Amino acid sequence: MFNLHALFHKNRAEREMDDELRFHLEKQIEQNIASGMSKEEARYAALRQFGNVGAIKEECRDSWGVRFINELAQDLRYGLRQLRSNPGFTIVAVFTLALGMAAAVAIFGFVDSALIRPLPYPNLARLMGVFKTSALGGQQLGYSYPDYLDLERFNTVFASIAAYDGDKDFVLSDAGSVHPVNGIGVTGNFFRILGVTPILGRDFVAHSASEDLLAAPSTVILSYAAWQKWFGGRPDVLGKAVTLNGESYTVIGVLPRSFQFAPTGASEFWTTLRPFAGDPCQLSRGCMAMGVIARLKDGVSLQQALADVRAIAAQEARQHPDPDRDRGANIVPLSQVILGNIRPVLLALFGGTGLLLLIAYFNVASLLLVRSENRRREFAVRGAFGAPRRRLVQQFVTEGLALVVISGGLGLLAAMLVRRLLLRLIPSDMLNLMPYLRRSGWSWHVAAFAMVLVLVACALFAITPATRLPFANLRAALAEGDRGAAGTAWRRLGARLAVLELATTMVLLAGAGLLGKSFSRLMHVDLGFVPSHVATLSILAPESKYSNSEQAIALQREIVSRLQSLPGMTAAGAASDLPVGGEGGTQIGFVGRPSLGENNAVGHILLSPGYLSVLQARLLRGRYFNENDNANAPLVAVINQTLARRYFAGENPIGKQFFYHSHGSDAKLDGPGHPTQIVGVIADVKQNALDGPATPVVYTPFDQEPGPSFFIAVRTSQEAAAVLPTLIAAIHKIDPGIVTSGGATMPEIIQDSPAAYWHRASAFLAGGFAALALLLSIVGLYGVIAYSVSRRTREIGVRMALGASRGSVYRLILKEAGWLTLIGVVIGIPGSIAAGMFIRSLLFGVRSWDVSILGTVAAVLITSALLASYFPARRAACVNPVEALRTE
Amino acid sequence: MGKSIDLLQGTLDLLILKTLALEPMHGWGIAQRIQQISKDVLQVQQGSLDPARYRLEQQGWIAAEWGASENNRRAKFYRLTASGRKQLERETSNWTRLSAAIAQVLEAAS
Repeated sequence: MFNLHALFHKNRAEREMDDELRFHLEKQIEQNIASGMSKEEARYAALRQFGNVGAIKEECRDSWGVRFINELAQDLRYGLRQLRSNPGFTIVAVFTLALGMAAAVAIFGFVDSALIRPLPYPNLARLMGVFKTSALGGQQLGYSYPDYLDLERFNTVFASIAAYDGDKDFVLSDAGSVHPVNGIGVTGNFFRILGVTPILGRDFVAHSASEDLLAAPSTVILSYAAWQKWFGGRPDVLGKAVTLNGESYTVIGVLPRSFQFAPTGASEFWTTLRPFAGDPCQLSRGCMAMGVIARLKDGVSLQQALADVRAIAAQEARQHPDPDRDRGANIVPLSQVILGNIRPVLLALFGGTGLLLLIAYFNVASLLLVRSENRRREFAVRGAFGAPRRRLVQQFVTEGLALVVISGGLGLLAAMLVRRLLLRLIPSDMLNLMPYLRRSGWSWHVAAFAMVLVLVACALFAITPATRLPFANLRAALAEGDRGAAGTAWRRLGARLAVLELATTMVLLAGAGLLGKSFSRLMHVDLGFVPSHVATLSILAPESKYSNSEQAIALQREIVSRLQSLPGMTAAGAASDLPVGGEGGTQIGFVGRPSLGENNAVGHILLSPGYLSVLQARLLRGRYFNENDNANAPLVAVINQTLARRYFAGENPIGKQFFYHSHGSDAKLDGPGHPTQIVGVIADVKQNALDGPATPVVYTPFDQEPGPSFFIAVRTSQEAAAVLPTLIAAIHKIDPGIVTSGGATMPEIIQDSPAAYWHRASAFLAGGFAALALLLSIVGLYGVIAYSVSRRTREIGVRMALGASRGSVYRLILKEAGWLTLIGVVIGIPGSIAAGMFIRSLLFGVRSWDVSILGTVAAVLITSALLASYFPARRAACVNPVEALRTE
Repeated sequence: MGKSIDLLQGTLDLLILKTLALEPMHGWGIAQRIQQISKDVLQVQQGSLDPARYRLEQQGWIAAEWGASENNRRAKFYRLTASGRKQLERETSNWTRLSAAIAQVLEAAS
């Protein structure tokens, strides 16, 4: 039954009901008078006979069928009035909840985009990455092109297989100027395996793989971004010619906007493997540059596939011991290849936000408990005036809902802002390697997650305080003035919440401490060189003019000497890889020693003579290269300390000789030919990732293995960033056709390296969460202590009246806070260690149970807790005993 | 005044309908009339009568209009509607069958 009349003409219906009931009451009084009672007496008797007028009215309203709506509106009005009339509580509660939810929802958006929503490839579960392995090189090495051809020909487990050749620097010639662009070569069926079709034009023709290199026509498929950037998104781009690396390519297709292939970053120009064909490295088995993806045949398990590719690798190792000896193979699901690095970071951050949200919940719950405690009397009065129990609970639920809805709404808005902010904070290079993070906006997963948070909050904040309503003994609650036993019970509950908050905060603080210490350790790792005042640049000279050795050597010398003569430069040099940027790779075998087996993998970097003084790396033994170490001189090498230690423990390595796979050759590691002689040992220079282990590296002279692309590094007495434009101008004065890119100072390279980025990002985010958690839990503790003091005013008054000193009152309150904090810390320690274990893959140079961090965190927590309880303690100590005893 | 009996659950509606079937009257009168006809055996509290009457009105079995009481006070007068009359017949026959059945059981037991 739904009486619209009663809903829209509520006042009239109410008035009529009042009129009628009053009429009935008066009739009863008349009757009572008639039966001989006095006027007063008759009135009270009538009221008694009538019963609880409020309750009767409620029952009458029941029959209108709109009561629920009316009551809801009423409760909502009342609830909002309550929230308004108590702005301190409202602001703290809304801010706390919104904050917790914003952090959790924003991070969940990233978790969802990376770990929950599938990557945008059909039938992803059957897509695999195939890798070579070696004991030293790791489990995810690339394939050489000949090895890839073997794999394609002999495997029996893949429905299809494709390879791609890294993200290469291409040179795009456009209207007379040259631009460095990201290019990538793929085999013909690469896009078909990923399940991607161009939105414009066509895919590559799937050649038999052996034709990929040379016979493939010179065609190019554009990424959506490249289409927009270089061709203005014009549809007539198909058939147009573009000049890449001096060769003309025909545009045959444009990839969809949503296409992403995380392992190669943001490649713009997708060609066949043709542009790589000129590189002798490409045809050698030593050059493990190719990524391989494959789709498993139906019914083939990962184990079967693994056995098959391992058998092929073993066969290669037998047939081509140089360099395939001791190399195995490995298969990793493509999703894992793409998400491997980010998973632990995201999970740790998500855990952090979860804890933060937990603290926010605890905090608001205890605030609400204080309020419900203070309102016991109000509710007792309302109960006495006839409010049914259901109605009182409904009031609480409505108030809780209003609070949660307001903070939830604000929280979600904030989450969207936080998400955008975080995305903007990720450098675009990093983001290109994690393209899936860009889709971290709204999805129904995020909506459902937010909904769950809101529902949990509703359950907590609407139902918990309602359980504290004084149903059992209305009269006691009224008469007692709400003191005594109930207050004690609440204090115990509030205290427990505070302890949980403190323990959770401890866990977050310790986690942030561990990540912060890891980052600091990383920044203080021994680099083996002095990064300040070093500027670097990548040089890519056109192959057409600098392809032979003499030309390349002349160019490199010209560039170095020009740069060196610029004002303010103290040293200049060239190298095939920069520190913290990579270490190349080769295999070596020492003359007169048995084969090193799988231990033969070392880093390999080509250097010019001036390079060592640019880095200010330390020469430990022997000599460094000079101008005479050229193509006509005997082959020489400088090794790093790790290599010396690993292969020449207790021996002098100077004068020892070795063979190695120089660029693009599969020369045997035990001769014949010209061996290379070790002439010096330098202290380890950090070549690979900052958090990577020290690896053996050989350095050989650039002049003995020249090429048209290299890095230059200069040491300057000025600000390193300021000289970069001068360097570029000087190089373009030599030849405007030289492409310069990647201009950066050495400290920038270190700061922007993935290892530094990940450690910094997780340390800062976790630190932020921990700081918020500390703030919230201290506010929570303050609330508990302050409330406890307010309830104990009378007790404190009595104590002071009986002669207790101020000092003892301070002690009384601070002891209470101290105990709570101590229990929180004690519970927090095992939690912190567990959290440390959970994030141990993110730690560097610090253990999960770092004692100094646990100690510092405990000290911070205890200090802040005592500070927070000092104010209520002072209030307690300033209690005037006379007033305290009188007011209560 | 004889001893009053608590009303059986659900019989209050029947009594109100029956009372109003005799003649339209205001809310206060209903309670008085029930008491009077039952010779004070059935004491209906106004507090339980009012909500019940509201319920019946909501069901559409009785209808109300404002009028003047005996001493010219504004009061709500109730009358039985057509559907109320049908409901009264239904409830009366239910009640008759129920009381007859109970009587039979009681006789058998004695």
